[in-house]
Amino acid sequence: MVSAVLLAMISGSCLLAATHLRRAQWPARGPYVAIIAWQALGLAWGISTIGALLALGLTPYERGVVGGLFALVRDAAAHGLMLPQLADPRLGALRGVAIVAAVGLTLLLFWGLVLSFVQVLRTRSRHRHLLELVGRDDPDVPGARVLDHPAAAAYCLPGVLNPQVVISAGALAMLDRKELAAVLAHEHAHLRQRHDLVLLPFSSLKRAFPRVRFMATCYNSVALLIEMCADDQARRAHSPRELATALVRFGTAGNPTVPAGAMAVVPNPDQPEVLTRVSRLLNPGARLSRTTSTAVLLGSAALMATTLGLWNLPM
Amino acid sequence: MNRLGDLERAVMDVLWERIEPMTVRDVGRALSDRDLAHTTVMTVLDRLAKKGVVQRTREGRAWRYRPAASRENYVSELMFDALGQTGDRDAALAAFVRSMSGPEAEALRRALAESDEP
Repeated sequence: MVSAVLLAMISGSCLLAATHLRRAQWPARGPYVAIIAWQALGLAWGISTIGALLALGLTPYERGVVGGLFALVRDAAAHGLMLPQLADPRLGALRGVAIVAAVGLTLLLFWGLVLSFVQVLRTRSRHRHLLELVGRDDPDVPGARVLDHPAAAAYCLPGVLNPQVVISAGALAMLDRKELAAVLAHEHAHLRQRHDLVLLPFSSLKRAFPRVRFMATCYNSVALLIEMCADDQARRAHSPRELATALVRFGTAGNPTVPAGAMAVVPNPDQPEVLTRVSRLLNPGARLSRTTSTAVLLGSAALMATTLGLWNLPM
Repeated sequence: MNRLGDLERAVMDVLWERIEPMTVRDVGRALSDRDLAHTTVMTVLDRLAKKGVVQRTREGRAWRYRPAASRENYVSELMFDALGQTGDRDAALAAFVRSMSGPEAEALRRALAESDEP
């Protein structure tokens, strides 16, 4: 029971910490560190919630989560599926529900991740194939494929074998040479650092809980941090101002030929993300101090260690 | 780009250029400068048909092939993928920036104008 309570507290703290992290100012000054914090919170939340449910369900064995699971297997092997120790007339039903919920949550999270990945690969594969058929190479834009479309778009298609940066004719017409170079550097940073893989767990969380708005906000926070990372990479070789003007041009271009339904971006008053990115490029604050970064990283490691440790706590 | 991709592209270009559905022989003739074997053209068309970008109909003893959609349609589909980052597509591609609302755009222009001043 002790481990159930402690794990439930961790689960709750993770949610609380996530709401704080979402509103905190420091992530913009250290997006990489913040992304690690998000990953730790997400992972710890999943593991502690599942652990708390299991620990609750396996209370009669008095051995915590891991020990309880072993005991459950031994019990089932010895007495068949009747499980006399668990089937206490008063609390048996509650424990059953807790165990079923734990298994359900595990499957939901695990399958969500697998399904998201399969879906992503399928979308990319079709996209890549069509791109081979209708995209063209342009000597002015080395390392990118050009799509002949009047709307402005620049994006990347991640992959192990054949990652691609794509830019539309509309975007080419709108950007000057230096802005274009900055945009391409930004997209190449996404590909090089495999930002898509960083985002995948959050995209699958959002998928697993489609009605929970909080998951979508977490996803948006991480997505914004990833854009900041790519902005920082592009800024190494290009002026931040060029990247900022490029952002503004894209943001204000409007995309007249794309059907209205395509732009189904939910307006989020909490986070005008382009605005955040532009002002960050124009007025870069002090970078996150080494002490703060170390503290956040140590905190993330401690969170993971505690969560895993509690799974093994035999009480 | 690999050779197969290059061939598929050339074959699609031929099909998009003509209005009439074409046989394997027609396509081979249109690409005569490449000196392709009949079976090669057939293989490529077969692959394209399997992927759904080419449709075929039987006419007499020969199959006739035509594009399933126009080139513009496919370009639009790709743009739609890239710009319409909704639902389950969001992790597949990463667009440079999403569109923004009117007030956001206005705030951005102001931020830029202010940064012009020393």
